[in-house]
Amino acid sequence: MKKIVTGNKAIAEAVRDAKPDVVAAYPITPQTEIVETLAEYVSSGQLASQYIAVESEHSAMAACIGASTAGGRTFTATSSQGLLYMHEMTNWAAGARLPIVMANVNRTLAPGWNIWAEHTDAMQERDTGWLQVFVSTVQEAYDTIFMAFRIAEHNKVLLPVMVNLDGFTLSHIMQPVDTIEPGDFIPPIHLPDSVDPKNPKGYGTITGPGDYFRFRWELAHSMRESVSVIEETQSEFAKRFGRTYGLTEEYRCSDADVVVVSLGTLGKEAEVAIDILRDEGIKAGSLRLRWFRPFPELDLAGKEVVVIDRDYSFGFGGVLAHSIRSKNLVKVYSVIAGLGGQEVTYDDIAGFIRNRRIGGESWFGVNDHV
Amino acid sequence: MEMDTITEIPDDEYILKCTSACAGCGDSLTLRYVLKAAGPDIVLVMPAGCTAAFQGIYPKTAFTVPVVNIAFGAAAACASGISRMFLATGRTTKVIVYAGDGGTLDIGLQALSGAFERRTDFLYICYDNEAYGNTGMQRSGATPLGAKTTTTPAGKAEVKKDIDAIIAAHNPPYQATACASYPQDLFRKVRKALTFRGPTFIHVLSPCPPGWRYSSEKTIEVGRLAVKSGMWALWEREHGNLAISAPTKAAMKKPVPLEEYLSVQGRFKGIDGTTVEQLKEQIRETFHRFREEEDRP
Ligand SMILES: Cc1ncc(C[n+]2csc(CCOP(=O)(O)OP(=O)(O)O)c2C)c(N)n1
Ligand code: SF4
Ligand SMILES: [Mg+2]
Repeated sequence: MKKIVTGNKAIAEAVRDAKPDVVAAYPITPQTEIVETLAEYVSSGQLASQYIAVESEHSAMAACIGASTAGGRTFTATSSQGLLYMHEMTNWAAGARLPIVMANVNRTLAPGWNIWAEHTDAMQERDTGWLQVFVSTVQEAYDTIFMAFRIAEHNKVLLPVMVNLDGFTLSHIMQPVDTIEPGDFIPPIHLPDSVDPKNPKGYGTITGPGDYFRFRWELAHSMRESVSVIEETQSEFAKRFGRTYGLTEEYRCSDADVVVVSLGTLGKEAEVAIDILRDEGIKAGSLRLRWFRPFPELDLAGKEVVVIDRDYSFGFGGVLAHSIRSKNLVKVYSVIAGLGGQEVTYDDIAGFIRNRRIGGESWFGVNDHV
Repeated sequence: MEMDTITEIPDDEYILKCTSACAGCGDSLTLRYVLKAAGPDIVLVMPAGCTAAFQGIYPKTAFTVPVVNIAFGAAAACASGISRMFLATGRTTKVIVYAGDGGTLDIGLQALSGAFERRTDFLYICYDNEAYGNTGMQRSGATPLGAKTTTTPAGKAEVKKDIDAIIAAHNPPYQATACASYPQDLFRKVRKALTFRGPTFIHVLSPCPPGWRYSSEKTIEVGRLAVKSGMWALWEREHGNLAISAPTKAAMKKPVPLEEYLSVQGRFKGIDGTTVEQLKEQIRETFHRFREEEDRP
């Protein structure tokens, strides 16, 4: 069925149809509409979940951890300060191998208070063991939620998944969505070691260096294995519902001399920039990373690369730019843009590519020639 | 009621002997009777603290019930998730948090208050050794006035936080205090708490030989002196109605001098007269409040 909804509403609808047992969540702009909508679904009987209106994000994630340890499918949503507040528990969720799905509406971190889009919140979670996916349209947000549950709960993965969408530029944008009946696309949840007094076990008990080290290796291994599970899930989704997703989304890349790399809605903006540049005779392409963890293998050999970071690691650089550099022997022009919700248009992106200074770093609009 | 016979307490053990807890550990004693009272169909949720430290090392565990470890400040929230999942699936397994005073009065207070306000169906047990035992005895909100800890080397200048009043403000159907040195009373209160739906709370004073600086064979004696002197009071509240437990009733009639309790413990060594007077005044106030509440029709 086709309808026009916001990114937040699309997420909530998908979560409803993925039928979580427990939703534990706390409001924060620009995510609030997701949890409000879910609360409404539960209250009107459209969703037979336990909705736990917790008193903080730390507790939201702790409650999801509890419910997931008890064998349940769980969901939460947050953003920015809320994500930081639950950081202790996001690590716990991944270390405990719990397939919790979370929507994170990317927002700037205070101070000063700023509710607009930025990716630094998600970047600060990149080493926790969560799978991280960034979406760029309302349809993609909707579809990715179904895939996230299936991937997280796959017995080769058993890791939490964070679905990232840009605050306002996607969470509050209305776009058409073709809804689906997921049917058995997400199999019933079956967690191998859920709590059972008839078979009592210790969960997260004291663990010596040898076993701890092995558990970490197993987590790393599952993260690697998740690549094939993601690919299989995405192709199964395409087969059933007719929409195709990859680890990345490439636009006019194959013959490009210069490729702009980005995350989220900037990737869609970049496609317009590419068309403009192609008309000018510049052989440019756009590569949008959908999956950030696991970080996909990219084939950028022989191309110049412009990376847009809507985040920053102080004393280091743009996180995405450095990730590209460390995984590929390519020369990169690093553009820091869109922090604090700064507007970045396709014309701006075309400008980044035209005026690229490979090897350099620029802060768009502040210091274009660092 | 205090004189329940010891024979009603089952012989079953749910925590093995010979854990790495200190000799004479009051927390272990509390835990042993909590588990005997609760039986096997439970899930124990445990934040960081001494109990988590002596649970055993993977792949072994000293428990014969499931134990879900969780971050220091997150026990009540984690228990909420388990409890609601059990509700969703119609499971009657009881969810019990077993948390220290630090995990309850300090870092876990927000999650605890939230879970109580949401009427979570669980039993929350705070074993109170009046300091952060696991990290080597730093002060907590539960450390009493005048007690020395590693972060209050001259004795704590502030009074013990009244967590029971905070819990009472959440109107739970049942709450109680207990003490490791009165296992029958503790056993009965745990059994009773588990008959209620909704959040219930038991606050158990659990003497700690290294922390309180007394020799390990004196745990029962020290706990009893705490009650007999009035430093610790045993009572329960069912739907708000106070019932004083027998040992505290006796102490209200004729308390043993507070000095007897203080002098057996190194943590009160050198406490000045004014502080002792303040503690005594607190005890008189508590007893006065009890009498007033009992006299109310
Ligand atoms: C967020 C966090 N801060 C600090 C610690 C370190 N820590 C572990 S246990 C503990 C004290 C526990 O005190 P209490 O709850 O009274 O339990 P006890 O050790 O006395 O049994 C502390 C400070 C931690 N694990 N997590
Ligand atoms: S420090 Fe105290 S509470 Fe902790 S194990 Fe030792 S005796 Fe028990
Ligand atoms: Mg303690």
